[in-house]
Amino acid sequence: MSDDDTFDAGNGLLGRRAFLRAGLAGGAALLTARANATEREPWMRAPGAGMSESGAPSRYEDGLARVAISSQAGTTGSGVSRTPLEHLEGIVTPSRLHFERHHSGIPDIDPARHRLTIHGLVERPLSFSLERLHRYPQVARIQFLECSGNSGGMIAADPPQAGCGAIHGLISTSEWAGVPLAVLLEECGLQASARWAIADGADAAMMSRSIPLAKLLDDAIVALYQNGEPLRPSNGYPMRLFVPGWEGNMCVKWLRTLRVSDVPAMTKDETSRYSDLMADGRARLFTFPMGVKSVITSPSPGLGLGPRGRYRISGISWSGSGRIRRVEVSADGGASWTDAVLDTHVLPKCCTRFQAAWDWNGAPAVIMSRATDEAGDIQPTHAALMAGRAGNTFYHYNAIQAWRVDADGEVHNVHA
Amino acid sequence: MCMRNGWLALLLVAAAAAGDDGPGLGMPVPGAALEALDFTVLPDGTGLPPGEGSASTGAVLYRQHCLACHGENGSGGANDRLAGGQGSLDGPAPVKTVGSYWPYATTLFDYLRRAMPYNAPGSLSNDQIYALTAYLLALNGIVDDAAVINRDSLPAVRMPNRDNFDRAWPEE
Repeated sequence: MSDDDTFDAGNGLLGRRAFLRAGLAGGAALLTARANATEREPWMRAPGAGMSESGAPSRYEDGLARVAISSQAGTTGSGVSRTPLEHLEGIVTPSRLHFERHHSGIPDIDPARHRLTIHGLVERPLSFSLERLHRYPQVARIQFLECSGNSGGMIAADPPQAGCGAIHGLISTSEWAGVPLAVLLEECGLQASARWAIADGADAAMMSRSIPLAKLLDDAIVALYQNGEPLRPSNGYPMRLFVPGWEGNMCVKWLRTLRVSDVPAMTKDETSRYSDLMADGRARLFTFPMGVKSVITSPSPGLGLGPRGRYRISGISWSGSGRIRRVEVSADGGASWTDAVLDTHVLPKCCTRFQAAWDWNGAPAVIMSRATDEAGDIQPTHAALMAGRAGNTFYHYNAIQAWRVDADGEVHNVHA
Repeated sequence: MCMRNGWLALLLVAAAAAGDDGPGLGMPVPGAALEALDFTVLPDGTGLPPGEGSASTGAVLYRQHCLACHGENGSGGANDRLAGGQGSLDGPAPVKTVGSYWPYATTLFDYLRRAMPYNAPGSLSNDQIYALTAYLLALNGIVDDAAVINRDSLPAVRMPNRDNFDRAWPEE
């Protein structure tokens, strides 16, 4: 591995061109190392445990949990929990590890009593029980859900030293199944002046957001299932709004009403919270789509390197505008880049896994990833993203993430 | 704007086509039931109920229901600061409060009725919510201390930061 042709970019990086070839090296040696004498591990000498009603993680993996859980002072249900991104592979987030952002806890909703009511500028206000919604055609799509405040800690001049999930874990990916809003809205009959719908949740805060009708008619659903099972209470049981690619806050959980309107309601969340203050004192309202973004999940802080040698760089990328077209990686702080390998599933408004191989020479290095989506949008640098923003505006943070690998293999969070 | 409306019209046609496949199982909702479900207050005041309240009444209610989390005179505490911060938004340390940042006064009634007080939402009467709304506006110097807030006066309140928002989604 000494000739320079082996590498696709500086400091030992093997991208798309060389990744698969390099990844196969060493297999033959493993095969020939097998011993001839048969033997059994202890767990192969007697029947194992019986069936159970619900699967549980291995007892060796039962520490895998949501991270960086916090709630506002004096509350337990007004805050966030985050997905431990650095311990997951592929693109789907186990439902039990999907991030949470609640405003007044998780309601214990009786599905027999819950209704979704669509009213306002419609010809026929209608109400839908869970039982009735189950009789409608459903669609299932694998898509990400990202809180607009994800990665907000990264606006600090001195970035937080924490795990990847603790920093960036307000994103998760699931297969969401449910009834297209277009079908329900059409059944109600939209009046000519209808432009928005105000969605209310059935939580104690009655969380509400105004959503453009055009988006609801395009690809939004009333989600009933997540990863094949009924929604969990922490994700909106018995039904939630799912608005693909847009701010997670708009995917109102425990969906109770949709009030069709000609104007937005200017709710507390869409004005005082999910708006972006700029340095000149003006603020941007209704910045709905989540920008193109990527992060290397391994190596990452807490998942450092051992001795010098071959390592796999793995990460996730996503865009609220559609598919990921390309992810580039760098092992020399952005001086040179090469294309990472994208996994088979490159789906719109969904996480895409990327990988590359890296021959680490044991010297300090800065590794980075940079995603481009099919709209041609590319991740900005930290400096470019912050330019023009008020210093404490943390929503829609999608800058290039850099990890510094020290000579001892420890990984630290740095601004590139 | 025309193009956007054109696009919406196309989507509506597409939705109509999709609707043909729906089973049509929505249940009609009586008007009274709709009224009970509708908590939304629009910037023009649509949705505001009858009733009224004054800032002085609101000051008493604030001490009982809000002060523990939001501090003396809305100065903040365990939870959001509600007053002050005017003139700070284009400076190095912007302070976003009801008075310095919120574009619409109607949002106060909408949000208080939905969600506050945190541990007992729904426990305040409409008169009490109007009074707290009046108090928070008075704290920020937006209405005077004698102001009475109701369904007519609230939408007429012009928030100081109202014109400093730019819409990334243009559709009205």
